[in-house]
Amino acid sequence: MTDSLTRPNLDQIRTWLDDVPDPEVPVVSVTDLGIVRDVRWDDDELVVAITPTYSGCPATSVIALDIEMALRAKGLNNLRIERRLSPPWTTDWITQEGRQRLQAYGIAPPAEEKADKPSPFDRFLRKPLTIACPRCGSENTARISEFGSTPCKAQYQCRACLEPFDYFKCI
Amino acid sequence: MAGQDALFEYLLRLGDNALILGHRLSEWCGHSPALEEDLALSNVALDLIGQTQLWLNLAGEVEGKGRNADKLAYLRDARDFRNVLLVEQPNGDFAVTMARQFYFDAWHYLLLRELTGSTDSRIAEIAAKALKEVTYHLERSQEWVLRLGDGTEESHRRMQEAIDDLWVYTGELFDADAVDAAIIRDGLGPDPASLRDLWLGLVRATAEEATLSLPQPGWAQKGGKQGLHSEHLGYILADLQFLQRAYPNATW
Ligand SMILES: [Zn+2]
Repeated sequence: MTDSLTRPNLDQIRTWLDDVPDPEVPVVSVTDLGIVRDVRWDDDELVVAITPTYSGCPATSVIALDIEMALRAKGLNNLRIERRLSPPWTTDWITQEGRQRLQAYGIAPPAEEKADKPSPFDRFLRKPLTIACPRCGSENTARISEFGSTPCKAQYQCRACLEPFDYFKCI
Repeated sequence: MAGQDALFEYLLRLGDNALILGHRLSEWCGHSPALEEDLALSNVALDLIGQTQLWLNLAGEVEGKGRNADKLAYLRDARDFRNVLLVEQPNGDFAVTMARQFYFDAWHYLLLRELTGSTDSRIAEIAAKALKEVTYHLERSQEWVLRLGDGTEESHRRMQEAIDDLWVYTGELFDADAVDAAIIRDGLGPDPASLRDLWLGLVRATAEEATLSLPQPGWAQKGGKQGLHSEHLGYILADLQFLQRAYPNATW
């Protein structure tokens, strides 16, 4: 039983969550990716709201378990993980730190453009994105496939250093 | 038709389309022409299965008889499935798979976009999530129609055949019945017929750029939405449902 005098404050809890890695891209944390949408107390129960990156993302249940285990290790036993679908996750929620960590890990971060594209079929009219190679920085790169090792990534190849790399695409 | 009954039926249609097409795409896993395509097809399948869970769980909730997505997916017979005939058609060659995907994605995109404005916030939320994923599906399947259509002599021939052979299943996408009428009446979703012009516009423009010719609108093969399926669905379900039928309630 935690009472309001002994229970940790929410800022403290958020910093603990900063240390919970994403199971598929472990260099970034669940907070870097913007998966954690809310942390709050509901009486004595701690509620952590998370949102899936993609609706079929198999990592979502692993993430829920990892968060629960990390918080239990800090002595928080009365907690609940809440799934939230709306508003849908967007790569705009990835933090600056998260973007830098992706880049250093060899994954090109999402291009800085608005992920929402309101008008019908306008994706087909826009120019292809310029994605810089995370290794050598060259912008002479080509998309190999719209999907990579996970739904959130696309496959690119650098024409300068010839290395293939993942691009974390905008959604 | 009473609102709740129509809503349940409508949610089954949305969920079953995603489930059956997701299953079809998963049949490519390990068999695709290239590793990149194997990954891409599996990823699209994964998105669709994720969307299936959202739609069918909501269907079970609306029905109120304690059925969840798993029960609805694994324990219904072919006659109770509500997917359109297009998605159960066999994979064929890569051109057939991509033509089927393009026809479906273009329609799916337009439908989901309308559903984001549904008067039922649960529907609007799932649609908003799925729409982001389907935008990528559409981008990819359109690209393949273009590449194969405007490719080699053989790829062109195969894509033209696929576009022709699957055409007969596209009419059902825009056909409204009593379920749709109730859905439109309650502001839950669009009139399927209202999506046709935009769909046809994109499909025509793509075919033209791909140097393909589009068949004339004509007789349409229908029935899937009402549970009257082609012979293919039974084989899909035999594969999809085997484990739960043979070992009821098995978990891992
Ligand atoms: Zn490079």
